[in-house]
Parts: sequence; structure tokens; C-alpha cells
Amino acid sequence: METGYISAFWFIVVAAITVPLMLGVGALLRPKSIPTRRGTQAYECGEDPIGSAWVKFNIRFYVVAIIFIIFDVEVAAVLPVATQFKEAVLSGSAGFVFAEIFLFVALLVLGLIYCWVRGDLEWVKGVTQNAPRK
Amino acid sequence: MPVNSALFAQSLTQWTQGTWFASVPIWVWALVSALIIIYMLALPFGGIATYVERKIAADLQDRIGPNRVGPLGIFQFAADAIKMISKEDYVPPGGDRFLFNIAPVLVVVGSCAGFVALPLGQYLVAGDINIGVFYIMAITTIIAPGILLGSWASENKWSLLGGLRSAAQIVSYEIPVALSIVPIILISGSLQIGEIVKQQGWHDHFWNVFHNPFTFISFFILFVGGLAETNRIPFDLPEAESELVSGFNTEFSGMRFGLYALGEFVDVFVMCALVTSLYLGGWQIPFLELDKFWVTLPSGLIALIHVSFFLGKTFLLVFVVMWLRWTLPRLRVDQLMGLCWKGMVPVALFNILGTAIWMWAFKGQSMLQVVSGLFSGGGGSH
Repeated sequence: METGYISAFWFIVVAAITVPLMLGVGALLRPKSIPTRRGTQAYECGEDPIGSAWVKFNIRFYVVAIIFIIFDVEVAAVLPVATQFKEAVLSGSAGFVFAEIFLFVALLVLGLIYCWVRGDLEWVKGVTQNAPRK
Repeated sequence: MPVNSALFAQSLTQWTQGTWFASVPIWVWALVSALIIIYMLALPFGGIATYVERKIAADLQDRIGPNRVGPLGIFQFAADAIKMISKEDYVPPGGDRFLFNIAPVLVVVGSCAGFVALPLGQYLVAGDINIGVFYIMAITTIIAPGILLGSWASENKWSLLGGLRSAAQIVSYEIPVALSIVPIILISGSLQIGEIVKQQGWHDHFWNVFHNPFTFISFFILFVGGLAETNRIPFDLPEAESELVSGFNTEFSGMRFGLYALGEFVDVFVMCALVTSLYLGGWQIPFLELDKFWVTLPSGLIALIHVSFFLGKTFLLVFVVMWLRWTLPRLRVDQLMGLCWKGMVPVALFNILGTAIWMWAFKGQSMLQVVSGLFSGGGGSH
């Protein structure tokens, strides 16, 4: 256990306490608010909002999140190998570690090509692309 | 036996040696270092940056900018803070009250906790954790759920669109950022930021940005990716005031909005400081190593010079961030995603392989070392 994590703990605690502290100071200082009908509406440029904002949204965001998770796990896996590379270079046995890094990068490139060809990286999907053919 | 990496707290202990304070346990000093760095560096920076940004914007657009509150308007940020604190505290009645309250906490925690592993000077780092780079990458990502939860809890269509865009953008740009940190780890063989900075001295392999051609490209990818992760122009689609009113923070008013703005600026500082530490030599002074040659200098003065060089480099990058804001137009969503996945990710992957091959071919030497080796080696053998 490193003592650095004690600092990290205190940073998180101090930062988390700062927010209610600042809002609390405001609560003591500000005049009492009188909510109005317009004031408590969701802001839609002055129009009355139609329906709830909690709607179904586009699947694209989900696809991006899935690709991100795969890539990020892969990056997290390459970090420990990368830390060993310098030592391996200096001791003259870099071949094995380099092969491992190459393998990781090659997997990522393959994955990227797969997503690219599949069209998952296209943000604007054509209207005709997903429409059922007659 | 615990490894002592809370160097700032340790310095405080040594500094108070021989007084009553010396008997205070290390965790108290860690708390003191957290209070000092958050309340005397992070949050004041966030406040003053809002004023500086408005002043820079005014200069670039040939306006005067804030000039009423104090000389040159330098107390503008204090006036803004007083205004925000005294504003109505509004929680959308249709929204999710719990998530709405917790969202600014996540943003502020995510940005402030990044300071832990940033070396302000050689011994001035709150916690020089052995996985520092990884820690900063992980903790600053907490901002993404903060923004997403806040936007969802607002029950506002503008907010929801902004929040979803922000989530897609932050997770996408996380990949090139993480990939362009890998070359640095290949070079330095460590995830500890203090160690990475230490290796960038003039008599070692100088700044990592000049280590080889691939890290030079990597530096720009990290910086641009960092811009996107902090939702700054030209990547400010989550806010995009011309399409989404104010994006994810439409329903946040008063101090809640202020905390979002503060969190964004602190995040910009952490991002610039990370780029400085990894690529621009952190507290290292170019062409000079104080503690090796001028050992007679008092350690306090050396620390002060180191901190000022670190802050100087970081503020220079922060200035570039603000400068870009008034130079570049905003990207479209599809351009944004295309730039990340089809442009930056392949180049970042190429950089990793390139750096690895360079390391292998030149036995870990930097460009400068290789060139100087050529001259001295050539002169000696012939």
C-alpha cells in the first residue's frame, strides 16, 4: 500500500465536500425564491414542452460505447507490457516483448478495420442503407 | 512496509522537523496537501481562468472585455462567484433530484482528484503513485458520467442531446489519448509520472516530444484528444450554444452551473499539466539541471524554480487552448467521430509501433542522443 493513495483519498473527499459546501453557502446567503410556472418548466426556448424528455434515443451511441469498451480493455492490457519494454531493450532481449506489443496493436488494427468495413464508424448512416429491400 | 509516495506530505513533515508539528501523522499532512492544492491552486485557477479567457477573447476580437470590477476588471471572477452563489437554486421538478445533485460532485471530483499524481516540482507531488498515468486517465473519466447523469436528470431535451453527445465524444477520444500515452511508457518504462518527468532532463533524453519522430506526432494527438475530452472548442458539441441552447447544463443555474464551469477549467488544467509532464518535461528546466550543477542553491529555491517552470509550460498550453477557441469553428458530429476513429486512432496505433521500433533500433536513445553520438563517435574513431 502506497501512502500516495492516502492523498488520493483526501483529494476525492475534499473535492466532494466542496460542492455541498458552496451550495450550502449559497443557501444561507440568497433570498428566498418564489417558483413560477414558467420558471419550473423544462427550458425549450419559451415553448411549452411536449412530452417527457426521457425518450428513446439513437442506437449509434450504444455502438460507439461498445467499440470503446473493447478498445479500452485492450489498451489497459497493453500498459503492463509497455512498462517492461525499456528494460527488455536495455538488456538486449526486446524481441519477445516487441512481438507481444505488435500482437496487441495488430489485434486493435484488425478490430478497427472490422468496425470500419462493417460501417460502425460511420456516424451518418444512409437512409437507404438500413431500409428493407423490396 | 508501505512505500512512501505522498511526497508533498513528506516534504511538509521534513519542513516542520523539530517543531511540535513533526509528530503529526502522515495522513494529516496528506489532508493538508489536498486542502492546499485544491483550495490554493485548482479552484482559484478555475475562477481566474474564466476572467483570463474573457480577456483573451476580447483581445483576439479587438474588444476591451471585462473592465469594470477593479483595475482591468481583475476582480470579475470574484463578482461572478458572488453572483452565482446568490442565484436561485433550481432543481427541475420533473427531473431526478438525486442524480441532479450528484452530477456536479462527480465533475468536480473527477477534475480535482487528477491533481494527486501531477508533479508540480520534483518533491511537490501529492501522491506519486506508481500507476500515476493510469490513475489520471481513470479518475478524469468520472467527468463523463457526471455530465451524462446531469443531463439525464434535468429532464430536458437539449440537455439529453448534449449529454449523449458528450458521452459519445469523451469515450471515443479516450482511445487516442490512451494510445498516445503508450509511447511514453515504452520510452520511460514506468507509469509513475515523477519518474517519467525525471528522465526528461537535459543530460538524459530531453523532452519526450523530441525523443523520436513518432512521439512528436503523438504529442499533438494527445493534446487534440485532450481538447475533445474536456469539451473545449472546436470539440464543444455537448454545449454547442447555437444548436443545443447550452447543452448538458441547460437546466443548471447559479452555483451548480458555476461548479460545472469550474470543473471544466480545472479539467483543462489537469489535461495541459499531463501533456506537460509526459511530453514537455514537466518541471525540468530546458538545457539545465539545477540540482546537479548548482547544488549550493537552497532546496526551497530549486523547488520554487521547478514549480514556476511547470506552471509556465502548463499555462502556455492553457493559453493555446483558449486561443484555439477563438480561432477554429466547431466540428459537426460526424466529422468529430470520423476524426477520432478514422484519423487519430490509426495514427496513434502507428506511433506505438514506430516508437517501439525506434527504441529497439537505437537502444532507447532519443534523437538528440543519437545525433550527438554520431558526432562524438565519428570524431573519435577517425
